[in-house]
Amino acid sequence: MALPSAPLRIGCAAGFSGDRTDAAEPVVDALVAAGGPSFLIFETLAERTLALAQLARRVDPDQGYEPLLDELLRPVLARCLANGIRIVSNFGAANPRGAARRIAALAAELGVAAPRIAVVEGDDVGTAAHRPLLQEALGTSVDLDGVMKTMVCANAYLGAEAIADALVAGADIVVTGRVADPSLAVGPALAHFGWRRDDWDRMARATMAGHLLECGAQVTGGYYADPGYKDVAGLARVGYPIAEIDADGDCTITKPPRTGGGIDAHTVKEQLLYEVHDPAAYLTPDVIADLSEARVVELGPDRVRVEGVRGHPRPPTLKVNVFCEQGWFAEGEISYAGPRAESRARLAADVLRERLSALALRVDLIGVASILGDDRGAWLSAQPRGDARDVRLRVAAVHDDKAVAQRLPREVTALYTCGPAGGGGVRTGLRQRLSTRSCFIPREGVPARFAMMEPA
Amino acid sequence: MSSRTVPLYRAAHGRTGDKGNRSNISVIAWHPALWPILVEQVGEARVAARFAHRRPSRVTRYLLPNLQAMNFVLDDVLDGGVNDALNLDSHGKALAFLLLELPITVPDALCEHLAGADEPDFSSTEPWRLA
Repeated sequence: MALPSAPLRIGCAAGFSGDRTDAAEPVVDALVAAGGPSFLIFETLAERTLALAQLARRVDPDQGYEPLLDELLRPVLARCLANGIRIVSNFGAANPRGAARRIAALAAELGVAAPRIAVVEGDDVGTAAHRPLLQEALGTSVDLDGVMKTMVCANAYLGAEAIADALVAGADIVVTGRVADPSLAVGPALAHFGWRRDDWDRMARATMAGHLLECGAQVTGGYYADPGYKDVAGLARVGYPIAEIDADGDCTITKPPRTGGGIDAHTVKEQLLYEVHDPAAYLTPDVIADLSEARVVELGPDRVRVEGVRGHPRPPTLKVNVFCEQGWFAEGEISYAGPRAESRARLAADVLRERLSALALRVDLIGVASILGDDRGAWLSAQPRGDARDVRLRVAAVHDDKAVAQRLPREVTALYTCGPAGGGGVRTGLRQRLSTRSCFIPREGVPARFAMMEPA
Repeated sequence: MSSRTVPLYRAAHGRTGDKGNRSNISVIAWHPALWPILVEQVGEARVAARFAHRRPSRVTRYLLPNLQAMNFVLDDVLDGGVNDALNLDSHGKALAFLLLELPITVPDALCEHLAGADEPDFSSTEPWRLA
């Protein structure tokens, strides 16, 4: 039994790149009002986001970090620094040092004392020096030269240790690139409580706290509402989560007062299992968390405690995602409405199939059958022909040759004059496709480290 | 004992997650009394059949009795995953709602624990007839 002590509070104000940028202020208000040790985290780096950031950095070497960095931080940076709320985020993306420089400049603009900013590095394994590691991880049958030629980035999921080291060294703000999302919370917990790094049970509990936080509002009533079954009050102003973590790593999930949304056992269970495979073995760089015996306890309104999480020794390898530019993705849409709309949309699809026989087309009839279906079209062809009166046809395809892929948007546009009657609202797109592959490399090959930035 | 056929969403809720070409769908009982029915009736074979058009290479069910929840892991159902699928919903975010419309049979004695309103003719409205 741990001695009673103030909990560590960690608030999360973003769950992906593109999340709301006005979430942080109520969270920071609540952290300030609660007093005690607290951190603010922003999770802004989905699988694909890092590859897009790397492409942005190629165009402008100063870019490559979270594009909304200013919008996320400006409303709360001064207040966090004044109240000892330290900030940890993966918004460094493909350029943590660039993000750190921007934060330093933002602090100067706001007229606050220069914060101590640390960057966590070591996740980039796409350099020539990493070739032997990648070759071994991808398998000797993979043509590494071919992969490297089109590679956008290769990054390992780092853990919490370098974040904790940076915080212990006195960082006010820790900027990372690719780290496992829950590590954004495990790092602060490790630094604050001084746990042994092989204290697997506590590491696992903090990992599940981080897991519940990492998608922002997804634990506080966001992505949950289903009217009549799962009603959520004030969804338009849903509050973002705060985890109160105790010295044993167990956590209580709550949210700022006077915000919308809600937390109960059901919202927490949904998020607890989100993106989990075997609940007895949730793999992160820090620990293998076992939530097979986890319990959730409603302590009161918008207060749910998670208990019973256990941990096992961390895996010997780190996951690596490799992104390559591969082929062109083309799509186009057109709408039909009124009598026989579905028949006209189906005719338009037939025209496109005939005109674009060089492409393997995916066809959706939005309003009849679309996102539950499969790319081969088995789902759509199993649907009986109906008489839907408001249908949007969508087609998509990929091809290695841009010129071939480009025929798709052109043919969809040509439906204006050559297709069935009354089609309207054409939208088309063509973009280079990013393909991804995952592999695992020994953690010794990817030493994570932090660097404290020198004040400008 | 008489019973009623209802869609799964009246007894449970859930959410889809994705990693790579693999989807996971949680199924969480609205009430502990409904949990044994879910375990009994919502098994791997039925779920695999529900997603036949996505051609899962494997469906695995994990039980979490403390949470009255199950976690289904469906391998290779995302047409390659978020970067490769042509689907508008390349994450497969909507897939939980396909599973949640699975018909289940609930004894009358437990119907008080169901969420939502009665839909008396549900059993005749099985919506998708996959060839």
